[in-house]
Amino acid sequence: MPEIKVTPLGAGQDVGRSCILVSIAGKNVMLDCGMHMGYNDDRRFPDFSYITQNGRLTDFLDCVIISHFHLDHCGALPYFSEMVGYDGPIYMTHPTKAICPILLEDYRKITVDKKGETNFFTSQMIKDCMKKVVAVHLHQTVQVDEELEIKAYYAGHVLGAAMFQIKVGCESVVYTGDYNMTPDRHLGAAWIDKCRPDLLITESTYATTIRDSKRCRERDFLKKVHETVERGGKVLIPVFALGRAQELCILLETFWERMNLKAPIYFSTGLTEKANHYYKLFITWTNQKIRKTFVQRNMFEFKHIKAFDRAFADNPGPMVVFATPGMLHAGQSLQIFRKWAGNEKNMVIMPGYCVQGTVGHKILSGQRKLEMEGRQILEVKMQVEYMSFSAHADAKGIMQLIRQAEPRNVLLVHGEAKKMEFLKQKIEQEFHVSCYMPANGETTTIFTNPSIPVDISLGLLKRETAIGLLPDVKKPKLMHGTLIMKDNSFRLVSPEQALKELGLAEHQLRFTCRVHIQDPRKEHETVLRVYNHLKGVLKDYSVQHLPDGSITVESILIQATAHSEDQGTKVLLVSWTYQDEELGSYLTSLLKKGLPQSTS
Amino acid sequence: MAAHLKKRVYEEFTKVVQQQHEDLSAKKLRLTKPSKSAALHVDLCKATSPADALQYLLQFARKPVEVESVEGVVRILLEHYYKENDASVRLKIASLLGLLSKTAGFSPDCIVDDAINTLQNEKSHQVLAQLLDTLLVIGTKLTENPSVRMRLVEVACKHLTDSSHGVRNKCLQLIGCLGPVEKGVAKEAESQAAKDVQKIIGDHFNDQDPRVRTAAIKAMLQLHERGLKLQQAIYGQACKLLADDYEQVRSAAVQLIWVLSQLYPESIVPIPSSNEEIRLVDDAFGKICHMVSDGSWVVRVQAAKLLGSMQQVSSHFLEQTLDKKLMSDLRRKRTAHERAKELYSSGEFSSGRKWGDDAPKEEIDTGAVNLIESGACGAFVHGLEDEMYEVRIAAVEALCMLAQSSPSFAEKCLDFLVDMFNDEIEEVRLQSIHTMRKISNNITLREDQLDTVLAVLEDSSRDIREALHELLCCTNVSTKEGIHLALVELLKNLTKYPTDRESIWKCLKFLGSRHPTLVLPLVPELLSTHPFFDTPEPDMDDPAYIAVLVLIFNAAKSCPTMPALFSDHTFRHYAYLRDSLSHLVPPLRLPGRKLVSSPVSPSITPHEDPSQQFLHQSLERVYNLQHLDPQGIQELLEFTIRDLQRLGELQSELAGMADFTATYLQCQLLLIKALQEKLWNVAAPLYLKQNALASAAAKQILEETYKMEFMYSGVESKQVVIIHHMRLQAKALQLIVTARTARGVEPLFGMCEKFLQEVDSFQRCFISELPRMQGSFVDKLLDLMPRLVTSKPSEVVKILQTTLRQSTFLHLPLPERLYRASANIIEPTGESDNPLRFTSGLVVALDVDATLEHVQDPQGTVKVQVLYPDGQAQLIHPKPADFRNPGPGRHRLITQVYLSHTAWTEPCQIEVRLLLAYNSNRSKATAKVPKSTWNESVEALPQPENGIEGTIPFSKPVKVYIMPKPARR
Repeated sequence: MPEIKVTPLGAGQDVGRSCILVSIAGKNVMLDCGMHMGYNDDRRFPDFSYITQNGRLTDFLDCVIISHFHLDHCGALPYFSEMVGYDGPIYMTHPTKAICPILLEDYRKITVDKKGETNFFTSQMIKDCMKKVVAVHLHQTVQVDEELEIKAYYAGHVLGAAMFQIKVGCESVVYTGDYNMTPDRHLGAAWIDKCRPDLLITESTYATTIRDSKRCRERDFLKKVHETVERGGKVLIPVFALGRAQELCILLETFWERMNLKAPIYFSTGLTEKANHYYKLFITWTNQKIRKTFVQRNMFEFKHIKAFDRAFADNPGPMVVFATPGMLHAGQSLQIFRKWAGNEKNMVIMPGYCVQGTVGHKILSGQRKLEMEGRQILEVKMQVEYMSFSAHADAKGIMQLIRQAEPRNVLLVHGEAKKMEFLKQKIEQEFHVSCYMPANGETTTIFTNPSIPVDISLGLLKRETAIGLLPDVKKPKLMHGTLIMKDNSFRLVSPEQALKELGLAEHQLRFTCRVHIQDPRKEHETVLRVYNHLKGVLKDYSVQHLPDGSITVESILIQATAHSEDQGTKVLLVSWTYQDEELGSYLTSLLKKGLPQSTS
Repeated sequence: MAAHLKKRVYEEFTKVVQQQHEDLSAKKLRLTKPSKSAALHVDLCKATSPADALQYLLQFARKPVEVESVEGVVRILLEHYYKENDASVRLKIASLLGLLSKTAGFSPDCIVDDAINTLQNEKSHQVLAQLLDTLLVIGTKLTENPSVRMRLVEVACKHLTDSSHGVRNKCLQLIGCLGPVEKGVAKEAESQAAKDVQKIIGDHFNDQDPRVRTAAIKAMLQLHERGLKLQQAIYGQACKLLADDYEQVRSAAVQLIWVLSQLYPESIVPIPSSNEEIRLVDDAFGKICHMVSDGSWVVRVQAAKLLGSMQQVSSHFLEQTLDKKLMSDLRRKRTAHERAKELYSSGEFSSGRKWGDDAPKEEIDTGAVNLIESGACGAFVHGLEDEMYEVRIAAVEALCMLAQSSPSFAEKCLDFLVDMFNDEIEEVRLQSIHTMRKISNNITLREDQLDTVLAVLEDSSRDIREALHELLCCTNVSTKEGIHLALVELLKNLTKYPTDRESIWKCLKFLGSRHPTLVLPLVPELLSTHPFFDTPEPDMDDPAYIAVLVLIFNAAKSCPTMPALFSDHTFRHYAYLRDSLSHLVPPLRLPGRKLVSSPVSPSITPHEDPSQQFLHQSLERVYNLQHLDPQGIQELLEFTIRDLQRLGELQSELAGMADFTATYLQCQLLLIKALQEKLWNVAAPLYLKQNALASAAAKQILEETYKMEFMYSGVESKQVVIIHHMRLQAKALQLIVTARTARGVEPLFGMCEKFLQEVDSFQRCFISELPRMQGSFVDKLLDLMPRLVTSKPSEVVKILQTTLRQSTFLHLPLPERLYRASANIIEPTGESDNPLRFTSGLVVALDVDATLEHVQDPQGTVKVQVLYPDGQAQLIHPKPADFRNPGPGRHRLITQVYLSHTAWTEPCQIEVRLLLAYNSNRSKATAKVPKSTWNESVEALPQPENGIEGTIPFSKPVKVYIMPKPARR
């Protein structure tokens, strides 16, 4: 039985280091190639030696697919392709291809320049790696080779995030990457058609959460910012350069526009400028509002948001500043924070999760006195707010996607084991499909029952359908034809054509049968009696009495001769071709029963 | 369409057409009819190839065909149809047949048989489908003929087994449109092939082609629309179709389910996978709710829209739609709404019922959490969060409709609506504000909600702000803090956008009069009075201060203790405002203050029942008129007119009536005056001066009658007939005057004829009203009609003159309510001394903002006129989108007018005014006359009245200072 094998090298019952191997109908595909935020040793990258101990990876993998530009989905890519060695195609969407190297370069800088690690990939490697990337469009079917094809669907989450359908013949797998079923200020919602894949590999970050409406959170956020600005306070929003930052920018920008506010908004420069540039370019990937209005004005060409300069932090009056990094552990955001922390009019809004040990985490947990380097004590008087703007699908969203795609099996990755357990149970209960949640390195095998397509010649199809009643969806239909299996393809053709193609002469196969009848009369009288009998019984068929004394029923021939020994016994010779087997055998059985006793 | 076709013919001068055209003009009457079909026949015979034939047919299709020759043409086409081998030509012929049978006035029953016959030997599926389409056209024209319909349905049923989806599609469409609807017919037909149309259509719900499935559902809906009661059995089938792969099928299925839920709301259906049963409407509601999270946005819009009209659904299900059980890490979480509510409602939390009332209240039982099957659960939460704004708008509309019928639901959906005020698309915001206004009598805003609502006041869009003001006008606020908050925010709004002044004052007026008790404790603070110290007197011209006063005075109206808190200057300000802004400041009974109370009492105090009194007065006078001498009549009319005009000024609610009657009396007065002229007794040409007066009077009466007819809304046919009668009299007067002055008889012939035609059309239009017009001008005229028609113009004039003099004055009945259309240009204000400078030859845009009251169909009638100092006038038609409709009977025009002129040396003023365009053809009386089509036969019919188009200025002109500068070289 054909099977699909799935082995997560990362993200199996875990978040981070997404990397999933799928082998489907003899093709091996690697989905995502991420790094793990939590580790600084070898564990940060997936264990590629699982694929092969020695030898190039290219021989073992048909292609690599990257779902979006987050580092936990693409962080290990240069290491994988340049240091381990892979030369095959890497597929990603255009925005991902554009933004991915910026992030990789940033990641490299932090690891090598700041932390001083060696034996890490270089800028050149990133460039080389990106050369292997093939960019795909949404809903474009890409033929990787003759059999393997992939297709991208919109996934929301971040700019350019995509879900991928991998298809070989009739078997298919859908990998969602990270996705979001509720639209936000700059991106739309994930969407997939009813593609009914054999397996759906979905993320399950929020497997046990049903979220509140986004509007409440947005409104809260805007209200807080607005109030602070009206009071004359300054608002600091530490962000990571990409993704949420753009959403918040759009949110504030439109709010400023709507409310006619004048307070300046700054965005600390750096890689953001480059990234914003890409956001401007990839308008088609954004949500309805931005797409519809970009003719008048590109929403990412911010009117109110300007580049930040270090000196601005000391300016009097209200302002809003977006600064990196997001956890307040270093860099510009921390500098600004130190300047503003002492004033209770000011506010800091943490829009995301903070790792333990960072300043962000400390202030969120309520610490009001921070010890900075040099034994300085910083008293935090400013207001601290937390505002979660996460862009993953919640439990309802995951269920909704499953309902849309109608898969035969579901496999959960990118989530915590305990939470997956709950969702798994729900999925099995509500959709009656089997659900899997393998751990890293564990292989799941799914048996499929693919239907095998056969080409049928149009003439034959028309002929065969014309015979019976109208085709009915519910009932299978019997057809006569010749199945030709040649060059890995199946064709159903009419027997004549098959013979012609194979260069064979047609042989006729006739069945002949003798039936003895007790009839003392003359031969031709017997024939006449048989003729009348058959004519009476087989009303729907053409029964003919030929002048040479034989009877034909359709193509079946019946001849009568007197028995050489016993004149009272007539021998009926019945002959039919194998196509008429049904009628022929019916006829013989009919004749064997004898003729009715009638005087005529 | 036809006119368009005609035009095309003239445009494309192919030889054939042009010759025919000349032909037509030369011997129009005799040649056209036979030539059409004959020419076609010749053409088709000439055609050597299918392409040629197709060309001829295409050319032929561009020309109209008269009713009489349709049948002949059809015969010829059919003849060729049978001869033709090429499918595309047959297809064209089939489509032509359909087009021809649509010809107005042609009854296609003579070609039914032929059309059905063509079906028999047809092999091409496309042609078959087209033929069926033709049959559908024929069938819809012959709806009264059941036997034809039956035959057509039978034919359609026969072709339902066709292998092409197009043919099956058309068959189903035909059955849907023509299938028997009445029970009796259905029984009768049982013997024939068409047994039960519902069953036949229902069988195709499972067709293999999605297009056919859609057509089947649509046909079913069509049957429903035609009045057939659908069977409940279809419900199960329809539910299955909701899971179809194709969006158009799902979309149609949603509609079908909705229809069924309206037909059988109370039937009981079982819930699958359990042995419970629920009402069908609830079940359908759940299913449609489910479709709100469908993959296709078309279906989502459809579903969201339909939800709004399912008002029979039980409240239990309804409230689920707003419930989305939140959880975080398997712990039940309260929504932000609930938390907000808890903050504000002391003690008792969660008055609303939760989804799954019977479920035990536990932390969260993993087994009990139902992630998807919960049907209605959270449908609106999803709909309002949808990616497409179309879905969100539909959801808001549905919320509005449901909330209007269920107060408890209104209370619940409030939070969600308030959230929508922050939507990214303005239309959605606007829609949700309007929705909120519509349900506002069912709800009271909590303070936190009010806070969110008020935050939107700073929106830069004027529409949003004004909608919000409207909303605040009819909102209930629960606390005095709420009122204070609203006032503060409104004042903030006022400083930010000073143009909102009027709207804000009006808003505060209602806010004050609705919440007198809440305003009371705020008064000292608002007026900043102090128990011991005198505070400085605020600036009387400050709009913000006026706003506060408007709030307080309106509250004081129903709160007699409030004036005690006022300080001296407040009373003075009251007196001032009562005079200057009387529409915003109500009359107050102020104790002890003679000086202040005096202006309240005088003549302005309304009559007891002024309308009645007034009506009687004017009507009695009108009756008396007949018995007075001419001099007396004139005087009385003058007095009455003056009184009415004054009354109209004083009593705004009576203004429409008063003006209307006054105008009518004015017309009468003019008529009488004109007839009193000496000119009638003297030889004609000598008295040019008087005759100028009489003709001017006639002209003015005409103008006034148009005003009466088109400027007032609420005019009924009873009034229209009087108005038209008056107009007829004016025309008679005109005729007489011309007869007196004009030399020669020539022009008179035409005028007489025209006049008689008008009398004729008057009679036709108002035949039902004639009995009530005893003794009137027209009544007498109609008596004399036979004589008039035969007599010479000079005699006609003579007769007219005597009838006009003898005729009585018609009594004008007044309708229930009558409003005069009025317009007020808010912007430009005309106060600016700074000329608008622009380079000559280029264009400058002038913003025009005006309010229109009681204008029907403003998009079609209201125009902007710009008058330049050189007398040049420019008429601008505003775009339909420039009109907003803030309330019943009110419209707002916000548009831009483009000005341009050659260079001037000095800045100068131009005038901008609004005009009401009218077209006498559009008048209410003639609207019933069927609109003529392109057919020549119809054109020959005399028009009831030659469309007189004109404009009535109905706003005060505003002067704008402009200065086109010469262009710099």
